[in-house]
Amino acid sequence: MAGVTRTPTNLTQGSKTKGGIGESTLRPDGTLKVTGEFAYSSDLWHEDMLWGFTLRSTEAHAELVSIDTSEALAQPGVYAVLTYDDLPADVKHYGLEIQDTPVLAHGKVRHHGEPVAIVAADHPETARRAAAKIKIEYRQLPLVTDEASALAEDAPLIHEGRDDHHIGHVPHPNIVHRQPIIRGNADEARKKADVIVEGEYVFGMQDQAFLGPESGLAVPSEDGGVELYVATQWLHSDLRQIAPVLGLPEEKVRMTLSGVGGAFGGREDISMQIHACLLALHTGKPVKIVYNRFESFFGHVHRHPAKLWYEHGATKDGKLTHMKCRIVLDGGAYASASPAVVGNASSLSAGPYVIDDVEIEAIALYTNNPPCGAMRGFGAVQACFAYEAQMDKLADKLGLDRVAFRQLNAMEQGTIMPTGQPVDSPAPVAELLRRVKAMPLPPERQWESSEGADVRQLPGGLSNTTHGEGVVRGVGYAVGIKNVGFSEGFDDYSTAKVRMEVVAGEPVATVHTAMAEVGQGGVTVHAQIARTELGVTQVTIHPADTQVGSAGSTSASRQTYVTGGAVKNACELVREKVLEIGRRKMGTFHPAWATAELLLEGGKVITDGGEVLADLVDVLEDEVVELEEEWRHRPTVAFDLETGQGDGHVQYSFAAHRAVVEVDTELGLVKVIELACAQDVGKALNPLSVVGQIQGGTTQGLGVAVMEEIIVDPKTAKVRNPSFTDYLIPTILDTPTIPVDVLELADEHAPYGLRGIGEAPTLSSTPAVLAAIRNATGLELNKTPVRPEHLTGT
Amino acid sequence: MDFLRPASWEEALAAKAEHPTAVPIAGGTDVMVEINFDHRRPEYLLDLNRIGDLYEWEVGEKTVRLGASVPYTRIMENLRTELPGLALASHTVASPQIRNRGGVGGNLGTASPAGDAHPALLASGCEVEVESAERGVRMIPIDEFYVGVKRNAMAADELIRAVHLPKADGPQQFSKVGTRNAMVIAVCAFGLALHPETRTVRTGIGSAAPTPVRAKEAETFLAAALEEGGHWESGKPIPPSVAKQFAQLASGACNPIDDVRGSAKYRRHAVGIMARRTLGWTWESYRGNSYGTQGGAQCA
Amino acid sequence: MRVNFTVNGRKQEADDVWEGESLLYVLRERLGLPGSKNACEQGECGSCTVRLDGVPVCSCLVAAGQVEGREVVTVEGLADFAKQRAEGCASGACGTELNKAQQWQAKPADSQTGEGSGLSPIQQAFIDAGAVQCGFCTPGLLVAADELLERNTSPSDADIREALSGNLCRCTGYEKILDAVRLAAARGEAETAGTGV
Repeated sequence: MAGVTRTPTNLTQGSKTKGGIGESTLRPDGTLKVTGEFAYSSDLWHEDMLWGFTLRSTEAHAELVSIDTSEALAQPGVYAVLTYDDLPADVKHYGLEIQDTPVLAHGKVRHHGEPVAIVAADHPETARRAAAKIKIEYRQLPLVTDEASALAEDAPLIHEGRDDHHIGHVPHPNIVHRQPIIRGNADEARKKADVIVEGEYVFGMQDQAFLGPESGLAVPSEDGGVELYVATQWLHSDLRQIAPVLGLPEEKVRMTLSGVGGAFGGREDISMQIHACLLALHTGKPVKIVYNRFESFFGHVHRHPAKLWYEHGATKDGKLTHMKCRIVLDGGAYASASPAVVGNASSLSAGPYVIDDVEIEAIALYTNNPPCGAMRGFGAVQACFAYEAQMDKLADKLGLDRVAFRQLNAMEQGTIMPTGQPVDSPAPVAELLRRVKAMPLPPERQWESSEGADVRQLPGGLSNTTHGEGVVRGVGYAVGIKNVGFSEGFDDYSTAKVRMEVVAGEPVATVHTAMAEVGQGGVTVHAQIARTELGVTQVTIHPADTQVGSAGSTSASRQTYVTGGAVKNACELVREKVLEIGRRKMGTFHPAWATAELLLEGGKVITDGGEVLADLVDVLEDEVVELEEEWRHRPTVAFDLETGQGDGHVQYSFAAHRAVVEVDTELGLVKVIELACAQDVGKALNPLSVVGQIQGGTTQGLGVAVMEEIIVDPKTAKVRNPSFTDYLIPTILDTPTIPVDVLELADEHAPYGLRGIGEAPTLSSTPAVLAAIRNATGLELNKTPVRPEHLTGT
Repeated sequence: MDFLRPASWEEALAAKAEHPTAVPIAGGTDVMVEINFDHRRPEYLLDLNRIGDLYEWEVGEKTVRLGASVPYTRIMENLRTELPGLALASHTVASPQIRNRGGVGGNLGTASPAGDAHPALLASGCEVEVESAERGVRMIPIDEFYVGVKRNAMAADELIRAVHLPKADGPQQFSKVGTRNAMVIAVCAFGLALHPETRTVRTGIGSAAPTPVRAKEAETFLAAALEEGGHWESGKPIPPSVAKQFAQLASGACNPIDDVRGSAKYRRHAVGIMARRTLGWTWESYRGNSYGTQGGAQCA
Repeated sequence: MRVNFTVNGRKQEADDVWEGESLLYVLRERLGLPGSKNACEQGECGSCTVRLDGVPVCSCLVAAGQVEGREVVTVEGLADFAKQRAEGCASGACGTELNKAQQWQAKPADSQTGEGSGLSPIQQAFIDAGAVQCGFCTPGLLVAADELLERNTSPSDADIREALSGNLCRCTGYEKILDAVRLAAARGEAETAGTGV
């Protein structure tokens, strides 16, 4: 199968048009971004605008006994101070799936940093000082911080009176959602096992740490509505949550995407959107809100920390017999994306392996910890960390090579998932492992030079901790499986509006979608698709807004697939209309208009034999062809709530990593020397962007392997490190070379055969680094991130 | 908040005398973080950027007089021979941008145990030149400078003008543990200076006690061991048992806490490792073996 | 208070500045120069890096009052700054166009890239190498990388990593940023070789 590329769609379309799919065309927003002109959501400015500020809870679980805003409101320069009581509509809660999150705290606060009041003033400092004058009396409530305290007999309920659609099947109201999967008979299959490996694993709370803070500008409009300029991952999802709380119909909330400084899942939930609109509508003035980094750590959900228990068995010849696992995700105070994360964690918990007999359970808890939700990898990351550690343990116990053992059990096209769903497109798991293993290893002791040791290439880096002392090299492998697109029966569609016309003597296509460009390069790809399908050079990407239908979320590795698919579909329909115009105007000039397969290439209408029939300019003249269409990938179904069976996923994505690390075993410091990745991308629409996504995802996986963790004090449920001083993400000195081997095995179900790519590399990166550190140190290391304490026994 | 912009040192002293609560700001790398994050709202900010004298240094016969605001970058680039320990420490400070702004005066004024300069300053045995309009100049030995968590020996009306550091008479080293390979606050740090002229060694420990401290027992032990073994004359290798004991005593000098950056136990452990390694490096260097580091030495 | 200083070669005056404001805030909110970015405001990310009297600093940690009478170059002035340097006037004080007025609307993106746009070599290299994704770290990285190449025309990878270790990027994994700096250095060398300088 390796090396074979199948493409289901006629790719000759536009192949002679420069800048089409498959080329590494450059970003259309590149120039604006390098000159500083690109307008990010925090760059917005409006005459007479006010600054909004959010007062957040200093407690994690407390009754709000009283709130006194009078002194704050009396401050000069303060225009508004709003609390829950000031909310204008009957709807006062929002949420992605379960509307359990109050716009402002009501009655009690459920986590540290929950918004309690909002202030608008003429200067950010005025707003901050006013907020400091709001008097809040809290009465402490008992804390729920983990599974034991959540499910204890006398456990306080985080949400009383739940009436969401999960309450009927969860064993306790402090469980958001539970998804078991039972397939085959794990207990029976266990009897065939010659070796059994059991492990408990802990995954720390990771932050998306996008660099552009939550921010935006709300401008009241004359019709009583509001214009909102904001950085988000999904305009229409925001809109659906914002409009009801403002008491406005959706058409009166007009949203435009501003520049987005990264997202990684952290912008899937509402942050400042509703607050800014409330203040703008209340004051009648534009209101800008920009979080600082401290606030940003409270302003968005994080990756679920998890505790995972796994048992695997294998026969002595290395075949997996069964797997049992239990995954406990801490969802924190509000549901956010927890139910979907549970579905992913559960359905992908077996990894990219053939295991017929499984017994799986995943739950997400409600606790008083920070709310957790979407982050790149979405439930699959935590599971991959655990099952890949198990694979190494099994291989070791069997005395088999760790890569060979994985290859022996690797899934392939046709393998049945634990959910009963067949994997019906290429699944080159063994091949990806082969490829990363085949890459040349980086030379040993690269830090040595004639001038001595270059500390920049050693563990500890510039801090000058070792000149080679205590340094041991290790190599580790991992592979993972991620779903692409929204799963479990979700109506996952995108809309594209495409227009074609002649401007200044040249055919021009305009692509308008609501897709959030968060850095991934969707805008680049849309232009490429339009060039390929419409044979034009000039493509204008219209700003994303809610004047066009939903494009779904920029998450789940889905945008190139789904909105890309929608753009392709709309372009094809536009092309048909253009050809109709051509037939109408010129059909009599040449018989091929009626008989041949016609294509648009290089600004011309040509036959499939390559004969030019007309210039697009002459075909279109003054006519404008424009249409807006929704496009769906094939449907999925919900998982059975008892057995977890169901064709719940759209597509799977696979990546494998090999990590080479050097560990200062005495100080417990790690330098990742190289992190090689092989990934199947189906079809690389833009190879440069594909590699960029893989390298970026890999680095986020590296971060949570060795440094990234939001530390919550178990005694107070308060966040202890909400800053870039103490929440560390990798610098360029922490990030190794990342050689990437891209495989293109087309998925016949997907546009151009492409495969969603953004998340898979984040999965296997972490366990590969952990495996390499284990290899260097001989330690078991069941928790990520690895801290120096874990490596030194201190 | 008022922003005071003295044009000269005398004006700065007068302003500080008039407004003892004024917070001096030079590189701004501590003060501005606190203001940006709303942790601090001083009544007065006293800007020292316009006082050129603070950005200068003089290399004398025995000492270097280092202006309080000389950026770490300058120290790394220009004073590596005279002040090798401080130059190495300077190289570990935060990021290039921060090293371009921050200076030793800020570390001393803030007196955080995590300040990167402290272990090197302690190991060098420097004096801090502080001055007030009323009482004039006062030289505070570094050993008496740190008096508590983020507290120093200065009076409210005093400003730091310079640090007087003995020119290195032997090898010096500095090592710092952080959980990232650049731009990281110390989990703990260790500075070591060999002083062959006086046949003494001095140390400094950062982030492993309420204040920066010296490992005095370790110093005394090592000096005695070197003396007894005739090492200063012979330059022969230090026996592993001596290095081990030195490391243990350095660990013992720590009085650390558990915090988000590291456990107390790890800090003690790491200080011991750094003590042993820096001793190895300095002693190799003393013996005449070039044992520099490219990353650290590139600006030499 | 009032602050007078030079930005990208043009005299600027900011009025009613609150004493606790940073240079970054003044640039972004008072002078309509939002190119320098506000990612952390604690000197831990480098996205606000500007040249202050030629020296790369985090503008979030410079108090507005401290820049009185001084010269600042931001990403908005980087192309002109680089051009003047190439022409032998590297101080940045030879006069630059003030950047466009404050903007708040998302503009339709142009489908063409780069060519003949008057970018500095490092800016062009970032685009060409794919070093820009979300782009939020880009302005700070450009200022830092430009200064590196000014000091060191052919840096080693370790030199690049050290010089850029104060600039966080969350999207790219840094590989393409390294590529961009290497590319700019290589192009600079090729140009120098060509002109015999």
